[in-house]
Amino acid sequence: MTNDLDIFVGNTTLIDEEVYQLWLDGYSVSDAVSLRLRSGILEQTGATVDVLQSDTMDHYRTFHMLERLLHTPSKLIHQLHFQIPPSRQAMLIERYYAFDEAFVREVLGKKLSKGTKKDLDDVSTKTSITLKSCRRQFDNFKRVFKVVEEMRGSLVENIQQHFLLSDRLARDYAAIVFFANSRFETGKKKLQFLTFEDFAYCAEQMIQNWTLGAVDSNVDDMDVDLDKEFLQELKELKVLIADKDLLDLHKSLVCTSLRGKISVYNEMEANFKNLSRALVNMASKLIHTKDVRDFFIDLVEKFIEPCKSDKWTLNDVRLFLTQYTTSAHNLDAFRHQALWDRYMSTIKSCLLKMYHD
Amino acid sequence: MPGKLKVKIVAGRHLPVMDRASDLTDAFVEVKFGNTTFKTDVYPKSLNPQWNSEWFKFEVDDEDLQDEPLQITVLDHDTYSANDAIGKVYIDIDPLLYSEAATVISGWFPIYDTIHGIRGEINVVVKVDLFNDLNRFRQSSCGVKFFCTTSIPKCYRAVVIHGFVEELVVNEDPEYQWIDRIRTPRASNEARQRLISLMSGELQRKIGLKVLEMRGNAVVGYLQCFDLEGESGLVVRAIGTVCTLDKISNTAFLPACNSPSKEMKEIPFNEDPNPNTHSSGPSTPLKNQTYSFSPSKSYSRQSSSSDTDLSLTPKTGMGSGSAGKEGGPFKALLRQQTQTALEQREFPFFTLTAFPPGFLVHVGGVVSARSVKLLDRIHNPDEPETRDAWWAEIRQEIKSHAKALGCHAVVGYSESTSICEEVCILSASGTAAVLNPRFLQDGTMEGCLEQRIEETSPPGCGFFHIPYDELNMPFPAHLTYCYNCRKQKVPDVLFTTIDLPAEAMVIGKGCLIQARLCRLKKKAQAEANATSISNLLPFMEYEVHTQLMNKLKLKGMNALFGLRIQITVGENMLMGLASATGVYLTALPTPGGIQIAGKTPNDGAYEQHVSHMQKKINDTIAKNKELYEINPPEIPEEIIGSPFPEPRQRSRLLRSQSESSDEVMELDLSHGKKDAFVLEIDDTDAMEDVHSLLTDVPPPPGFYSCNTEIMPGINNWTSDIQMFTSVRVSRLSNINLTNQTLNKNFNDLCENLLKSLYFKLRSMIPCCLCHVNFTVALPEDEVIQITVTAVAITFDKNQALQTSKVPAEKTLQRASTDNEEQLQFPLELCSDPLVSQPFSPAKEVLENAGSHTGIPAAQRATSVDYSSFADRCNSWIELIKLKAQTIRRGSIKTTASLDKASPLAEGHLRHRSVPSCTNSTVSVVKMTPLSFIPGAKITKYLGIINMFFIRETTSLREEGGVSGFLHAFIAEVFAMVRAHVAALGGNAVVSYIMKQCVFMENPNKNQAQCLINVSGDAVIVVRESELEMVPVQPSAAVSQPASAGDVTT
Repeated sequence: MTNDLDIFVGNTTLIDEEVYQLWLDGYSVSDAVSLRLRSGILEQTGATVDVLQSDTMDHYRTFHMLERLLHTPSKLIHQLHFQIPPSRQAMLIERYYAFDEAFVREVLGKKLSKGTKKDLDDVSTKTSITLKSCRRQFDNFKRVFKVVEEMRGSLVENIQQHFLLSDRLARDYAAIVFFANSRFETGKKKLQFLTFEDFAYCAEQMIQNWTLGAVDSNVDDMDVDLDKEFLQELKELKVLIADKDLLDLHKSLVCTSLRGKISVYNEMEANFKNLSRALVNMASKLIHTKDVRDFFIDLVEKFIEPCKSDKWTLNDVRLFLTQYTTSAHNLDAFRHQALWDRYMSTIKSCLLKMYHD
Repeated sequence: MPGKLKVKIVAGRHLPVMDRASDLTDAFVEVKFGNTTFKTDVYPKSLNPQWNSEWFKFEVDDEDLQDEPLQITVLDHDTYSANDAIGKVYIDIDPLLYSEAATVISGWFPIYDTIHGIRGEINVVVKVDLFNDLNRFRQSSCGVKFFCTTSIPKCYRAVVIHGFVEELVVNEDPEYQWIDRIRTPRASNEARQRLISLMSGELQRKIGLKVLEMRGNAVVGYLQCFDLEGESGLVVRAIGTVCTLDKISNTAFLPACNSPSKEMKEIPFNEDPNPNTHSSGPSTPLKNQTYSFSPSKSYSRQSSSSDTDLSLTPKTGMGSGSAGKEGGPFKALLRQQTQTALEQREFPFFTLTAFPPGFLVHVGGVVSARSVKLLDRIHNPDEPETRDAWWAEIRQEIKSHAKALGCHAVVGYSESTSICEEVCILSASGTAAVLNPRFLQDGTMEGCLEQRIEETSPPGCGFFHIPYDELNMPFPAHLTYCYNCRKQKVPDVLFTTIDLPAEAMVIGKGCLIQARLCRLKKKAQAEANATSISNLLPFMEYEVHTQLMNKLKLKGMNALFGLRIQITVGENMLMGLASATGVYLTALPTPGGIQIAGKTPNDGAYEQHVSHMQKKINDTIAKNKELYEINPPEIPEEIIGSPFPEPRQRSRLLRSQSESSDEVMELDLSHGKKDAFVLEIDDTDAMEDVHSLLTDVPPPPGFYSCNTEIMPGINNWTSDIQMFTSVRVSRLSNINLTNQTLNKNFNDLCENLLKSLYFKLRSMIPCCLCHVNFTVALPEDEVIQITVTAVAITFDKNQALQTSKVPAEKTLQRASTDNEEQLQFPLELCSDPLVSQPFSPAKEVLENAGSHTGIPAAQRATSVDYSSFADRCNSWIELIKLKAQTIRRGSIKTTASLDKASPLAEGHLRHRSVPSCTNSTVSVVKMTPLSFIPGAKITKYLGIINMFFIRETTSLREEGGVSGFLHAFIAEVFAMVRAHVAALGGNAVVSYIMKQCVFMENPNKNQAQCLINVSGDAVIVVRESELEMVPVQPSAAVSQPASAGDVTT
């Protein structure tokens, strides 16, 4: 005797969070059933495998029907088809748009194109996240990207408004969109030690300080693209390393104030010029998209790695960067103070975040 | 021109993309009523069009207003080719036609297409201006209220309960007309939906006319069904109970209730002896009236040939719609004493299952009748005489059965059909009863409810006293004195189709009891087929009955409520499914155990086996008693002093499975003094039966289930409810089907389904499944379809725990349901006698009526101990009369009787503060098959919801196979019901029922089709917490908060 048809429909749509997670994780019904079996649910409830199978199928069907609506969360809120309490709706959306750290690190900064999507099997193998789940996460990134790409106003708010995500998840998506748009390289081996959270923090700093939206006033404010004018102006900073007197003066100011405070004073003194050159050179080149993409690699190769090899502590880095930034204000010949602050404050925040002890 | 219908199309949203090129839609709307059509402008290139149309006005007769649905079609404009339909909305405007209900229909409706399902939503506003029409010959019946609820709706009170009303209309089924060959499936489905909508409108109007004729103003317990007879046509029939209802104006005065009966109960107690006592009828001791029936001995004899002398009543042409014929008799009735009136009334039937207190005097037992018919083409749809005659025949039979039981009325009455090809089984069943005449009379007005205290029958046990003459019983039954009042005789077991009366006293909790049965039948044609079915029916009925009885014993209970036996006919088998709620009534004797007797006593191994089984059965009974908290007090006879001598123990064999019931053996059973029920294992069949008894697994801890409205013993409901429908279709592997394997398969199917439900709803524990309603269909050979609709309600565990403790400790008090609040009752009543029903006074009343002599003081003295008498050894008897009649007809009467006593319902009276969500902004629509929403109070009835949908697909696989297809469809049906209710301004549907779910598939063609018919009452409910006070445990607050607001606005 086989059940051809076996359904359960509640007036209030029944949602089992545990099964939802299994579905989101891309497990097939039979895998989900065996995973649930392992959780010992049968012992707790005295049910049989058949019951579990039928229950899982039911939930999967429901989720499948809900998926269409989850693509446009505002539809889920307004639709009449499924009666779902708002708290559950929020849960459904939040979990649907949640992503795996391992996955996002693979995709972050890549173009959200068909090509990338085709490579998802590799990502799946590498991260041992099911292909199905990878696709969902990728499609989510792409969907959010498409919707907010051309939109004015705050990136986070736009995402929140259209996808009804929590503040925290919306911020993460803002980072993903920002990275995808500027195509920052994050996948290189040297960058593997950085977490998504590190990048998300950097993205937030950049969005706050370096995009068009950062210069509030504008009606046209866009959070997604870096402020081209600003990048252009960054070339002016070159004077700090091109002018030898200025460079020496800067060094002596920094050294004076750090003497006795920093644990790696000698190394710092010896390396000052290299470090300063690295930071200023990066600034001057950011106008080229290629260099924007390599932004994080440059930070790591040219600043973090040298400091690491000299065993700077995080505190040393903080002291140095603080002093390095403020000392420039005392250089009378240096006139781009505002520009310098806009650049350095973000660089400092990023570096400190990226500098893992 | 008595009415003006006004419609405004406001906007649409989430429309489907109709133009692939632009990914947009150019939508416009056609609004059609009768033959008039209006159109909106095209709103170009949008999936969220804002039409904001003018008011479209239709000037129509109110007859049309009642019959026709408003039809709204959304289309995509196409310049070059025909416009494409996106979908439709049918709106039944009936709720706008009576003043007390809704005044406007306004809201978002899902746009529905029979091929694609829901495709976006449309916002519509509908109003009706009615002009008064004093034409006496009018054909409309605007203003008559309809309720699906099978009890007097809350916020109304029954002034008069007039009685039975029925009507049917027939038509050709569009699906079977020649034109169907050339039109699209969509056109055909829409034609069918529209026709059925029209027919049910017409039917309702005609019923309304009869109601007016009977001087009622409402139909309660309205049940409308469709018979899809295939080639021979489409029948829409309805039955209901005509009442004159009075709105209780001061609703705020009444506290909200958890149980349906509560409000009704309160009313009578608020008033003291009513001034206009119509003493003629009332003052006659009820009992005399009752007995006045039994002397007519002829009835009991006649029951064997019910065809004979039915016609005391002239057969008026019922159903044929001309109300004039019935007018005469009805007026005549009013002048007579009700009792006689009832007898002369053509059918003294009531579709209600719960009644105002005092209405029910005695209950006789279940009466049922079935008849097998061959369908023939309905030649003239305007005169559906054959169908009418068929039903008339069955109803006469029911009536005669009731008479045989000494009853003059049938309550909890319902009718159903099962059709397979050209064979149709018509079934009717109900509970024979003796009613209090005062409710049935016109003119008593106010009086009837309030008088009841003085002299009606005892509220606790009166209705379980036998209505028939003890010396002249219609069947051999085993009677004892009532365990409650000790004055009257009661049967040992009682089966009924009604809900447990609120004032009945029970011990412990109830549980769902099902009997399941399959019988193979040879495939045959026409007459031969009908014959073989009629021959099988009596046996099926008998076996179903035996199973029910056995399972009841196994649970240690002595009465069944809400009994519903469904016999389904298929090509090569018949299936019987009986569901009921078992309870332990304190008025009835304690059931004995089940004794197994082997036929071959010499075989040692066999004996061992038998004794093993016996042990298992005994264990099960013991376990069940514990599970359902059935622990009647050990009879303290010595202490208290029984008012009348009764043999303390009699062990007798009552019946044996083999029907050789003459061989009475004296057996003393493991259950000691109590009489036992003997199962004789004389062949493998019997063995199977015993096995199957034991395979029914009890629900997991924390779950209870029943098929009635209220679960006896639980009354601390929270507002956490979940209504659901579950469908299973199972294909039997067709290798050598035998009755046994079939039975087993069917049994497993039902049990597994229940298990699945328990598992799915585990998060609601502690929880009770209420109103569990199974329907079985046999859509093809070897295919069984089971549909279950029920509501799961969480109850408060803490209170429940106390509840269970109390009875254990205080046996003497246990007579009342349980729940500590009941125990506190006597204390509270002093301070608050108006609101709650006094415990002891009630008994007094009861006593009064029981012995209509009565020195009150003396009675009071005895009454104290009622509950403690509740246990006795006794025996029971049950009788089934089987009659297989002519070829075309099989009929059966089953009776089980009983008796008992005690106020069960005090618990329900009590005000329960339930954890409930305080969030009032919710526009969630709750649905329930019950007549109430726990933790909330119904403040207004907005009208009846009666919807019929067809869904078809030609891409079954793409839609997720049969499961995906039906899952989506049922969800859509729920959505459409909710949308209609919300548009009426309501927030809940009560008495919801899925009357039909016909599913057909053709996997080879990748096609499937499903028809669903649902109904219910749209209501506005207000949370109890808003009405009064004390939010309790927030944990249980299942609030469905605010942002859902948009969903329904």
